[in-house]
Amino acid sequence: MTPLDYGELLRTFSTELVLLFLAGLVLFLDLRRGLGETVACRTRRATGLTAVGLVFAGITLFAFPPLGDAPGGTFVLRSLTLWLKAALLILSFTSLLLLADTEFTPHVGEFCALFLLATEGLLLMVGTENLLMLFIALELSSLSLYGLTALNQRLRTSTEAALKYFFVGSTAAAFTLFGISLLYGLTGTIQFSTLATRASALTGDPLLWLALALTIAGFGFKIAAVPFHAWAPDVYQAAPGPVAALVASGSKLAGFFVLLRLLQTGLGPLAGSAGWLQFTSGWLPVLAVLALTSMLVGNLAALAQTSLRRLVAWSAIAQAGYALIGLMGTPEAGEPALLYFAFTYGLAVIGVFGVLGVLETSGEPDRFESLTGLWRRSPALAICLTTFVLSLAGIPPLAGFFGKLFLFIAAARRGGSLELLWLVVVALGLSVVSLYYYLRILKPVLVADPATDSRPLNPPPVTLLTLITLAAALLILGCVPQLLFLGMAWLSKQ
Amino acid sequence: MLAWTLYLSFAAALASFGAARCCPALSRWIALLSSLGGLTLGIAGAWALPSGGGLLTLVKVPWIPLLGAEYHLAADGISVVLVWLTGLAATAGVLFSWNVSHRAGEFFGWYLTLVGAVYGVFLSWDLLLFFVFYEIAIVPKYFLIAIWGSTRREYGAMKLALYSFAGSAAVLIGLIAAYLLVGGNTFDLTHLSTRPLSEASQSWLFGLIFLGFAVLAGLWPFHTWAPTGHVAAPTAASMLLAGVIMKLGAYGCLRVALTLFPAGLAAWAGVFGALAGIGILWGALVALRQTDFKFVIGYSSVSHMGFVMLGLVAGTSLGLSGAVFQMFSHGIIAGLLFAVVGRMVYDRCHTRNLDELSQQRLAHVLPFTAITFTLAGLASMGLPGFSGFVAELQVLTGAWTRFPVWVAIAGIGLIVGVAYTLRVIQLVFFSGETTVPSPAPSEPLEPISLPEKLGAGMLLTATLVVGLYPRLLLDWILPALQTPLFAELRRRTGW
Repeated sequence: MTPLDYGELLRTFSTELVLLFLAGLVLFLDLRRGLGETVACRTRRATGLTAVGLVFAGITLFAFPPLGDAPGGTFVLRSLTLWLKAALLILSFTSLLLLADTEFTPHVGEFCALFLLATEGLLLMVGTENLLMLFIALELSSLSLYGLTALNQRLRTSTEAALKYFFVGSTAAAFTLFGISLLYGLTGTIQFSTLATRASALTGDPLLWLALALTIAGFGFKIAAVPFHAWAPDVYQAAPGPVAALVASGSKLAGFFVLLRLLQTGLGPLAGSAGWLQFTSGWLPVLAVLALTSMLVGNLAALAQTSLRRLVAWSAIAQAGYALIGLMGTPEAGEPALLYFAFTYGLAVIGVFGVLGVLETSGEPDRFESLTGLWRRSPALAICLTTFVLSLAGIPPLAGFFGKLFLFIAAARRGGSLELLWLVVVALGLSVVSLYYYLRILKPVLVADPATDSRPLNPPPVTLLTLITLAAALLILGCVPQLLFLGMAWLSKQ
Repeated sequence: MLAWTLYLSFAAALASFGAARCCPALSRWIALLSSLGGLTLGIAGAWALPSGGGLLTLVKVPWIPLLGAEYHLAADGISVVLVWLTGLAATAGVLFSWNVSHRAGEFFGWYLTLVGAVYGVFLSWDLLLFFVFYEIAIVPKYFLIAIWGSTRREYGAMKLALYSFAGSAAVLIGLIAAYLLVGGNTFDLTHLSTRPLSEASQSWLFGLIFLGFAVLAGLWPFHTWAPTGHVAAPTAASMLLAGVIMKLGAYGCLRVALTLFPAGLAAWAGVFGALAGIGILWGALVALRQTDFKFVIGYSSVSHMGFVMLGLVAGTSLGLSGAVFQMFSHGIIAGLLFAVVGRMVYDRCHTRNLDELSQQRLAHVLPFTAITFTLAGLASMGLPGFSGFVAELQVLTGAWTRFPVWVAIAGIGLIVGVAYTLRVIQLVFFSGETTVPSPAPSEPLEPISLPEKLGAGMLLTATLVVGLYPRLLLDWILPALQTPLFAELRRRTGW
């Protein structure tokens, strides 16, 4: 690609441009025609339009695939780029479908527009190997998500959560920016590829370690790893369902991959070692500590929750710990493992928020008791929720089991002498703990009889269809994990 | 044909869940026909095995190329024997839960899922597939106990689930390590067993994996889930738990730990042999002191599974064949005992307290039950003519040269076994004769139904036939022990 070929540039960013155009369109249409219509009607129309637009964006992704890297690493085409973008669009699309049957906010147009901008930010994040572009994309998605979090007008805590999200997030962003500026000052480049060669000459420089730690802090916030996790329980609890779903799925997937790209490609020579009792300085021991604390804190705190959404949040923190273990694996094994894990995890967690959303729409509080007797009140929802929760718990043949398995094997492969096996041991030990709280969710769902005055639940059609599709996808991707990789191979051939 | 046992069970499970809403009664018949079908397929399919007990590959297709895992089902003589056990126990379990009416469709759905997973474990030759089936079995157990169970069911169910999951986590760590250390990007059992690892690796891997599986086999002191789980479970589930699920653990010890890491056996045999010996005596002594009828059987299971473990760690030909024989034998006998306690006695008298039962003159009221339990009790004591005798004799002879002390302790355990069995027979069925005639029960107990008689007859026949003509099983087990899979173990333990 020549530096100033606008045709090529247009083609490279066609998907992002579609999303941008769509965001404007949704906002505009809702403003003009929104007068005098019910919120439910407007919500349905805006959701429909946005969903169609996302599908269209997905089509442009394959119809006009980018041809190569853009100058300066602002856009790179790697074997996984297209597939990652497709995965993000799928996760965003499914999260959005949960909006269709709700009416928690009158600001429908703004909601959909921000939702699309957040998605756009995530897409840009996974497609770049340039620190500056990375930061802009990170901020685009984060700022949109702060705004979205505050849009749950049913809950007063929604605003509080958004503010907390914003404060923690902007602090983390400041850290990242500081880290990036240090990296630039030390190496004189913002491109990952040149960063790798220049950084390896500086291994003894303490400033480099500071830069590394600060940069990782920003991404630790994005994936909700301990100690950058404080926002997660509040946001998961108070954000609108579709937003919580996107924060938990797409935003995490992108966060994991950017971190993987930055560390493995940009700072590969500085890995160090995190073998048991043989730590040497580098980013591996940093990740090891993050993974360890995330798994410990997440799993143990989840045991004590009484709110379902907060439980999902703490379990998400624990799952981020598992993903960090996979990040530490060899790049060849780690990338597909992380992709499979993050994608199927996203599907399951979107599903959980979907089921909880149905309960909330029917006016039930966010507590375990609301699930009592779900098997009788709505068998379909009960089956779906069981599938999602068991997948999160890592019970085969659901996808969650294979996700974790791939991650653990990828990590254990590093170094050839099982030096990271100790992390796998901790992870598996703590996943036994996690089974307890996951079964605690399922106990009221399947075991308890419904209260005598409970009514049957009739989930709205779009939500129900989405949930059933998600559950089926988890089962199929679990029984035949190869499907996902076949899709990946097919895409990289395009 | 053998592979269809598991497809049939899973399909029937789906059908049963589907029938849950419209016609739960149908699910009962689905369950009965599919378990009978599984048994028939298991027996008929066994004749395809080469030379009576050699390895037969059923299916082998790529499954997860990323890890080199294959969908590889295969069977040898040992698998076949355990498939038969599963078929028998599953069918009997359905017959003894013919009266389940609360959420019957879901009950049989979970039940058949469990049965399908068990078939899967016994027929997998790829270790990842093996592990997947092994884990699938955990969830149905939890729900069967938590929904349809009795005493402290939610506690019992959770305890069982967490113990099983912890055991399998240990196994998974070992499997991942073995997979990476052996190399070759495959989970194929034959491949892994022919590339011996260093002695040091084998030693820690053996300990980890054996221990992980032994949790499910009820090895002392990791057995405490078993009595509480058995007691809390509904009849059919305790039959499967004691009859088949505990065998999954023992089967894993044999199939994975012993064949993959034979060098580790030498390092660990002393420890696990001691635990098995203690378990035999401990289980028997605790059973002697119970006041709950079902706890007696629960602890007797721990004691009897000790024989399986003792035979396994002995590592001799006689020990191993005795262990497999005991798996089959205990599966049948324990199933029968739990059926009598849970279905025939508890469902009718609504108490399991031995003192209260002793007031009811059950031998007069339920003569069939009394006869069945007495026969099952005799089988459980290891009387010649029943399968338990053949099995325990083999185990004790096979283990004698290596663990004379623990064999002697196991012998004492056998005597205590006679004591606790006679005690419950006497207390439950034949007491109250000489004292003041107890008041007649306010309403007559429901008579023993036809399905119960059929189920009891089937299990009794099985233990008698195998006891009288042990070659029926040994002709399958012994050739399987001669396959190359056990070559390294044969060389090391010298048989």
